[in-house]
Amino acid sequence: MTDDELIWRIAGGSGDGIDSTSQNFAKALMRSGLDVFTHRHYPSRIRGGHTYVEIRAKDGNVTSRGDGYNFLLALGDSFARNPTEEAVYGDEEVKPLTENLDDLREGGIIVYDEGLLDEEDVGDLEEQAEENGWHVYPLDLRALAKEHGREVMRNTAGVGATAALVDMDLDHIEDLMADAMGGDILEQNLEVLHDAYEQVSEMDHTHDLTVPTGSHDEEQVLVSGSHAIAYGAIDAGCRFISGYPMTPWTDAYTIMTQLLPDMGGISEQVEDEIAAAAMAVGASHAGVKSMSGSSGGGFALMSEPLGLAEMTETPLVLLEAQRAGPSTGMPTKPEQADLEHVLYTSQGDSHRVAFGPKDPKECYEQTRTAFEIAYDYQIPVVVLYDQKLSGEYRNVDASFFDREPAPDLGKTLTEDQIPDAPHDATGKYHRYQHDVEDGVSPRTIPGQKGGHYLASGNEHWPNGHISEDRDNRVAQVERRLQKLEAIRDDLDEREQQTHYGDEDADIGLLVWGSQEGTVEEAVARMNDDENSVKALGVSDMMPFPVDAVREFVESVDEAIVVEMSSTKQFRGLMQKEVGDIGDKLSSLLKYNGDPFEPHEIVEAVEIAQDGGGAEPTAQTTLEPAAGD
Amino acid sequence: MSKAFSAIGEDREVDRDEFTPGVEPQPTWCPGCGDFGVLKALKGAMAELGKDPEEILLATGIGCSGKLNSYFDSYGFHTIHGRSLPVARAAKLANHDLEVVAAGGDGDGYGIGGNHFMHTARENHDMTYIVFNNEVFGLTKGQTSPTSPKGHKSKTQPHGSAKDPIRPLSLSLTSGASYVARTAAVNPNQAQEILVEAIEHDGFSHVDFLTQCPTWNKDAKQYVPYVDVQESDDYDFDVTDRRQAQEMMTETEESLYEGTVLTGRYYKDEDRPSYQQEKQSRGDMPEEPVAEQYFDEDKEWERSFDFVDRHK
Repeated sequence: MTDDELIWRIAGGSGDGIDSTSQNFAKALMRSGLDVFTHRHYPSRIRGGHTYVEIRAKDGNVTSRGDGYNFLLALGDSFARNPTEEAVYGDEEVKPLTENLDDLREGGIIVYDEGLLDEEDVGDLEEQAEENGWHVYPLDLRALAKEHGREVMRNTAGVGATAALVDMDLDHIEDLMADAMGGDILEQNLEVLHDAYEQVSEMDHTHDLTVPTGSHDEEQVLVSGSHAIAYGAIDAGCRFISGYPMTPWTDAYTIMTQLLPDMGGISEQVEDEIAAAAMAVGASHAGVKSMSGSSGGGFALMSEPLGLAEMTETPLVLLEAQRAGPSTGMPTKPEQADLEHVLYTSQGDSHRVAFGPKDPKECYEQTRTAFEIAYDYQIPVVVLYDQKLSGEYRNVDASFFDREPAPDLGKTLTEDQIPDAPHDATGKYHRYQHDVEDGVSPRTIPGQKGGHYLASGNEHWPNGHISEDRDNRVAQVERRLQKLEAIRDDLDEREQQTHYGDEDADIGLLVWGSQEGTVEEAVARMNDDENSVKALGVSDMMPFPVDAVREFVESVDEAIVVEMSSTKQFRGLMQKEVGDIGDKLSSLLKYNGDPFEPHEIVEAVEIAQDGGGAEPTAQTTLEPAAGD
Repeated sequence: MSKAFSAIGEDREVDRDEFTPGVEPQPTWCPGCGDFGVLKALKGAMAELGKDPEEILLATGIGCSGKLNSYFDSYGFHTIHGRSLPVARAAKLANHDLEVVAAGGDGDGYGIGGNHFMHTARENHDMTYIVFNNEVFGLTKGQTSPTSPKGHKSKTQPHGSAKDPIRPLSLSLTSGASYVARTAAVNPNQAQEILVEAIEHDGFSHVDFLTQCPTWNKDAKQYVPYVDVQESDDYDFDVTDRRQAQEMMTETEESLYEGTVLTGRYYKDEDRPSYQQEKQSRGDMPEEPVAEQYFDEDKEWERSFDFVDRHK
């Protein structure tokens, strides 16, 4: 086996400690000098059900979960509802071993807990193993854990077994365990770890897979998209968040909630998402940099306050963590089909900005940018991501976060500046002046002397009072629209779109958000195989980078739009914004709840290059360009 | 006195005319509308309390009542239907030195915004909520509202409403408001006194304000005579006793539809800490207003780099 990477899958039930075990294992790999990338798969239930985390580790940049996996640690589901009887969903207890075995690569390794999983229940495991060249190592992890401590420590036994099989040093694992626990618990866990390591080391090993080695130039940190969003918000000076729990937005919300009170900020858990967004509007109006957010269903409730923020020009940042819809959909599975919802919800002409970051670093940068734009231009900005990016951990240089905070309130006056600013004859501040640079009229904050005005969701005069005057209406509409043009110019300076691959390629891929890293890997792989391909990753969803996308599409013969949506929303956006480019576009769609894997992208490109006709083998849909 | 917000906490005489916009917009309210009574009482109360117009944030909902801050000069936020409370209470959290008042109609507060009403009362934010209760949807031309009596006929209830009206005072008490009163536009002196008490109270004050709608419902005469339950010899109860308050509220709510207009203070709990106090005692909210931080040039802002060690 020639794998230069380890893709380790730890599978069990919800509540089995899969998350914390995998986190520490990923950190150990990171500390050893490897780049890591995690992928989390879990059901919408508290305990039991088939859960796994995959950790991909290799020397050098990892931008996707990869294709399949090469090491399975099957713990068994200790919370299975029907451990002994055959039920309609099959025997839950053995699912960690039997589910998605198809994705295990040829020559891969299986370690399973024979204390919980009976090989006989798995049916034709032996046969399958022989066919695929799998190396199977049954081990009574439960007994091992119980011998030194408690049954829950079988995760530790599994990690010890893994380390022994892939020839991995225990140092980093021990250090991380010592960071996380102490006393008897630590002692017992260390005993379990070492005993498992030694027992497995003494077994006959039939496989070749070893953990790769690598090195980093500087210290690394392991962060998820949700952490990066929260840190970007904190560094932008956000000190107010209001929300209502909903998967997957809850991740970022709880990270913020745990940090804000200790730094003089406020987090509010409120009655519903209407209140959540309206409160962020109220707090921002009163002078605090504020945010709220939700996932699709909760964001639907935010439509009205979002429109209020647009009309009153209250700066606001909202998060939208997409999951598969419509309605409740699949709460713990990713999709990119809330794009149109976020861009167009709320009545009237939209005035909002939306970003779709691709990875934790962009989550951080674009959340910071979101606050800057929101406060400089007095407009709501939505950071649109998804379940995949929310819980996806990657290593980043620690120094990446060594940045100056940017708490500036943007176009906001101090009391000293107010007397020189325009007021009406009665002393009311002209909050919404007609002719101002970039369409942005500076705001005042309640409590400031000389700055009082009326903020209203109704159309209004410069002093904020309700007006249906025709000339004023036209002036206000045009001023608000002017802000979007200024923002587009501002964003052009920031270059949030990313180009990949061979500039001269005739075939291109267009992608946004969490699927971008997968396309990046596929493009690199094809170019390495001398198949010239390029890609454009778009982050500015509104206002849309029309010139960059037009230039890209014009430079190729065919462009494949890759997105997790069955109705081609990203493609629709491009056609609406860029115009008549539909003939050149084909679509690669996936909506089964699993994110794309790189090989699916490669396959689609090859089919397109062959002139179409063939069907993709994975659960993806390829719709050829109309021009073909 | 705050450096960033010098309108706040200034100790000075305030004239009620300071709350009248220099060029007063022509009110869109009908002649004889009870809303004028709220405007007048609020101006009087704020002047009596010596509040600077610029230390007040008056957040309103949608409807005739929502235009209150068009005719009351202070910082104002005319929000959306039913959402004045979340906007207002968040502003209070952002800068707890502000004097925050929210106002809206009975449809706004007890109907579409009912959930926010319950939860804002439950949290006991230190603010005042005035509900213009005219027992009808006025601005949209007389449809049945949450406080319309059972049997109320309108274009949306042609056979007469089959619903019992909301019990606003009881709902408020059950939800957790720590000051509950009812007053009426026809009783300007009592209205101003009650608003003064409500604003001074350290907690969520709910004032159900009977505002006659002469166009779509009753004219002023139909709210007369009114009875002040504190002044009448017919009623004797302790406003600090939840059970007695509940009983008095029930009688008040039922008698309104029988033609007897009872008003006054119904419940007052001065011992219950406000939401701000509760949060501060838990280390969940700073002592200084959060909004001040942005104007403090010496502030050292925490940054994420200070805690990335946990990710190593």
